[in-house]
Amino acid sequence: MIRFLLRRLLHAASIVFGITLVIFTLFHWVGGNPVYRLLDKSATPEEVARLTHQLGLDQPLWKQYVDYVVDLLTFDFGRSWETKQRIGEMLADGIGPSLSLAIPAFLAGTVISLTVALIAALYRDRWPDRLLVTLSVAGMSLSVLAFIIAAQFVFAFRLGWFPISGWEPGLRGVPFLVLPVAIWVAASLGSSVRFYRAAFLEEMRKEYVITARAKGLAWPRIMGRHVLPNAMIPVLTHLVMELPMLFTGSLLLENFFGIPGLGNMSINAINASDLPVIKAMTFIGALLYIGANILGDILYAVVDPRVRAS
Amino acid sequence: MRVLILQVLGRLRRDKIALAAFAVIALYVLAGLLSLFGVLAPGYATQTGEAYAPPSWAHPFGFDVLGRSVWDRLVQGSRVALIVGFFSTAIAIPVGAVLGLAAGYFRGWVDAFVVWLYSTLDAIPTILLLLALALVLPTGKGLATVCIALGVTSWVSTCRVVRGEAIRQKELDYVRAARSLGAGNARILFVHVLPNVLHLVMVQASLVFVYAIKSEVILSYLGVGVQNFPSWGVMIDDARLELVGRGVWWQFAAATTALFGLVLAFNVFNDALKDALDPKER
Repeated sequence: MIRFLLRRLLHAASIVFGITLVIFTLFHWVGGNPVYRLLDKSATPEEVARLTHQLGLDQPLWKQYVDYVVDLLTFDFGRSWETKQRIGEMLADGIGPSLSLAIPAFLAGTVISLTVALIAALYRDRWPDRLLVTLSVAGMSLSVLAFIIAAQFVFAFRLGWFPISGWEPGLRGVPFLVLPVAIWVAASLGSSVRFYRAAFLEEMRKEYVITARAKGLAWPRIMGRHVLPNAMIPVLTHLVMELPMLFTGSLLLENFFGIPGLGNMSINAINASDLPVIKAMTFIGALLYIGANILGDILYAVVDPRVRAS
Repeated sequence: MRVLILQVLGRLRRDKIALAAFAVIALYVLAGLLSLFGVLAPGYATQTGEAYAPPSWAHPFGFDVLGRSVWDRLVQGSRVALIVGFFSTAIAIPVGAVLGLAAGYFRGWVDAFVVWLYSTLDAIPTILLLLALALVLPTGKGLATVCIALGVTSWVSTCRVVRGEAIRQKELDYVRAARSLGAGNARILFVHVLPNVLHLVMVQASLVFVYAIKSEVILSYLGVGVQNFPSWGVMIDDARLELVGRGVWWQFAAATTALFGLVLAFNVFNDALKDALDPKER
């Protein structure tokens, strides 16, 4: 188990290295010389030279890369070009609002899609299944933009059931979050339901289920004791792979509903070409993905002894 | 191989839903081609009606803020969607298939490198990577950049799937037989193994196509996509403010429905294709 974990961690470290390389190359290339952006047009050549030196841009490329990695290791992302704030502080401010949207959406989405998938699987090829699968495919085919714009227009603007946008900390923020959470769940339901349904059916087709039927076990017991525990492995995979989506999935939703989270920050940074912020967001997003992967590996190993052995 | 293709075609032909989906896709392609050659909707950029004129019998799709026909813009949008889908797939699929084949067949350091490469690419949040690429590419903002950015970021799943299958295939007898007859690695890979993983590649191509079309809409909406040309994403972006401000729903409805129709047809066709390729699923 320890060796398995160590190997996974080593793999993760190699990917983090790859990510720093990609981000450094991309943004070094996009960024051009940020000095001219930070100073106004009347800047003297001396000022330009001083800032260039301050930012370390007169150093050789490998030195700049090493500095970048050292900064990352100390979680120092520099300052935003736009707001001049420290990006570390901006991230700390944004994480709360982001999670207040993402966690309820993730939990509700998981419970609802698992339930719907179970119903579809139990009614396999009969009308409830057909209906649910058709709805899922239709839902998958509708753009997330369409979900957001239509629901916001109808339920917030026209019917006035929910506030149009805004965010407040604590329980007072709940009314603001109901609609975006519902949209998130609705938009992600289609593909999750189809995936879980397929995972359940795959298990239900196996021969041990026939054996269980043959010896007279009732369906609830077969499902509860045999099928569902075995179907947990693909379900777990899917859930873990969705974890990083908590970060980018909310990009558009946070923007539309004025929730001051990380997604909203990213969109503002994109509109303002605020490269240090985009760079930091890209790195954080990648770290979360890797973290989720390691978590997934550990969970597999816990659930399935075969994984530990390989 | 030919037998397999004929079998698949035969199964698809008996599947009425698959045929309907294929017909829908064909209609979109036809609209895209006709608009490309200037036959359909050539006046998409000129004022042909009153600003914000609602749908009527003569113009069932209405007009936008500048009095341009929403129908014409919609048709031009199908051209953008198909171009993005086609070229992104044309980049992503060969890259993914070749890297996946090489990784699965050679294993060792080739495999380690390919897995590292796609894990890295996969870890970076797609939207942010796309945006960074869209800003970095020498082609500037626009259609070409969208295709390249989507192409170079969406080969990962193809590569992963093909690699997995190649690992399985290389142990089979036909590969050993080919080698004992003196076939080189390149020949074994492309003449023998590739046809046996082609069904997976086909399904992946269809998935990448849909993914590219959906992503173009979001990129265009975020302002780094297609510029100065009616794409569905641009239309939805335009429509958002006029929907809230003036209750002008027809441009939003038209672009959303057009996108929905094409993606739905692809999703349905893809399912039918999967079933036809893998009959044990039925």
